[in-house]
Amino acid sequence: MGEVSMSSLRSYDLADFPIPTGREEVWRFAPRKALKPLLEDVGSDGHLEWETTLAGLELRAIDADEARARAASAPVDRISALAAAHSGQAMLLEVPADTNHPEPLLIDLRGTGREPVVWGQLLIEVGRGAKATVVVRHTGTAQYAGNISVVVHDGGSCEFVSIQNWSDDSVHAGHIATRVGRDARLRSVVVTLGGEAVRLVQTVDYSGPGGDVDVRGLYFADAGQRFEHRSFVDHAQPHCRSNVVFKGALQGEGARSVWVGDVLIQPTAVGTQTYEINRNLLLDDGARADSVPNLEILTGDVVGAGHASTTGRFDEEQVFYLRSRGITEQEARRLVVLGFFADVLDGIDVPMIRSELMRAVEAELGYVHEAEH
Amino acid sequence: MSQLIIDNLHVEVESDAGAKEILRGVNLTVDTGQTHAIMGPNGSGKSTLAYALAGHPAYTVTAGTVTLDGEDVLAMSVDERARAGLFLAMQYPVEVPGVSVSNFLRSAVTAVRGEAPALRGWLKEMRGAMANLSVDPSFAERSVNEGFSGGERKRHEILQMELLNPRFAVLDETDSGLDVDALKVVSDGVNRVRAGGEVGVVLITHTTRLLRQIPVEFVHVMWQGRIVAEGGPGLADEIEANGYEQFTGATV
Repeated sequence: MGEVSMSSLRSYDLADFPIPTGREEVWRFAPRKALKPLLEDVGSDGHLEWETTLAGLELRAIDADEARARAASAPVDRISALAAAHSGQAMLLEVPADTNHPEPLLIDLRGTGREPVVWGQLLIEVGRGAKATVVVRHTGTAQYAGNISVVVHDGGSCEFVSIQNWSDDSVHAGHIATRVGRDARLRSVVVTLGGEAVRLVQTVDYSGPGGDVDVRGLYFADAGQRFEHRSFVDHAQPHCRSNVVFKGALQGEGARSVWVGDVLIQPTAVGTQTYEINRNLLLDDGARADSVPNLEILTGDVVGAGHASTTGRFDEEQVFYLRSRGITEQEARRLVVLGFFADVLDGIDVPMIRSELMRAVEAELGYVHEAEH
Repeated sequence: MSQLIIDNLHVEVESDAGAKEILRGVNLTVDTGQTHAIMGPNGSGKSTLAYALAGHPAYTVTAGTVTLDGEDVLAMSVDERARAGLFLAMQYPVEVPGVSVSNFLRSAVTAVRGEAPALRGWLKEMRGAMANLSVDPSFAERSVNEGFSGGERKRHEILQMELLNPRFAVLDETDSGLDVDALKVVSDGVNRVRAGGEVGVVLITHTTRLLRQIPVEFVHVMWQGRIVAEGGPGLADEIEANGYEQFTGATV
């Protein structure tokens, strides 16, 4: 087992995060060349186009001080610190305490070009005892450094979905900071399908006992695409649960994915239950997946703690079996890949988003529905 | 009536030691309505014949022909063969994680029938077929073969055969790993399909166990990649009594 590679340092001070050289543990897999514009301390008035469906709720702009006060966590690295510094204001979606929003709250962020660089901050706050589903979709073309904060207050419940389906020349990096209160529940799903380079760091913090967090991820990297997902679950409160599941498929020359999952169980976090798993499916030669689970346990009193990681080639025997029942090769591959992703997709409670993502995975496979001919 | 003709079939399999010829000139003709048994000791080439007919990529046909009513089966892809009416019940069906049995069956039935069955009628049909094979309804939502016992996998194979209604079905060691009760359930399933009179069945087995449940008209003995003896049901009795030595001894 390796050391916890993610620095526990959280800071708004840029001096804490010098420009990486690539030798740092947290940057060693990163596509630094593509990320270069997002590592430079240069302000910008660039922005994404926002479109929302919020069922009576509103997004409102807050200033940098309020954003700091409300954010789930301070930045974790240079890019997220720059995003906090240069976005100026932040957008806040507040779900009032004890309200229930069964319909998904949709936030569409669309990039309109690579220049100028865009710095952004979005905060989502689910009040005490409230229940909401929030979906953030990133599309279009951009070089974007964006932080998303999700805070679920005591007894609240949130399903949070972030979809990265950028154009092939887009670059996106940022920090997804999440924090749950006492007996609060968060189910997050991060889905990365499009972009030249996407690097997302998700932190999970607990501000009271009884917190319950699912961190799920799905990525599909094509030729030349580089997707990196890191998660850091910091168990500092007793009797909390975390479950991390990331599944990735890679196809084509130069397709590259990185997953680093860190779980730290602090001495105070007695009764913790945690599991993390990453599975990668290599659909052909020329793709590479790096997978690094780290688990550090500093208390003797845990309910359960484990991790797993596998990277395997596409199983042609499965395709043969399906084809031997008359199913075409393309349909067989579609079934096998969707089956591979099933435990992430099935965990998405919003049927519209689930089927949208299934369609998106099918599109990655070059699959065209009969009805669309 | 349809006819499946296997003529002088030679098949190689790729191994670490290079290509190895497993089938060395197999001849077999099966009509719909007939049931044949291919018997032989382990390693005689029976399963290779089954996989070669289904078109598994690891098996290369180097000579001979297979035709279904004159159509060249060997020119067809794996899925085209299935849609043409060939079915292979596999000895070791693989797990397909995340693909539910119901989704799989519906996809297969849609492919073979050429159109998606209407949902209502389909559910009834699927549930009925599952009940016939004593398959618990909860299996519909489980992943294909994942965590299935040996017997459950075999029943699942026969379930597919019943729903896909092939013209020719090859059952590869379907009796292996089944207890007495499961053997009965599976045999009843095969006999139901046979009763329609429109399927040609080839049972591949190295024991006579299955043949006591499923009556066969023709028995073929395979050894070293060829059929070395043929006869009626009495041949199976003879094998039961005296083993394979009389055939294998003659050709070694």
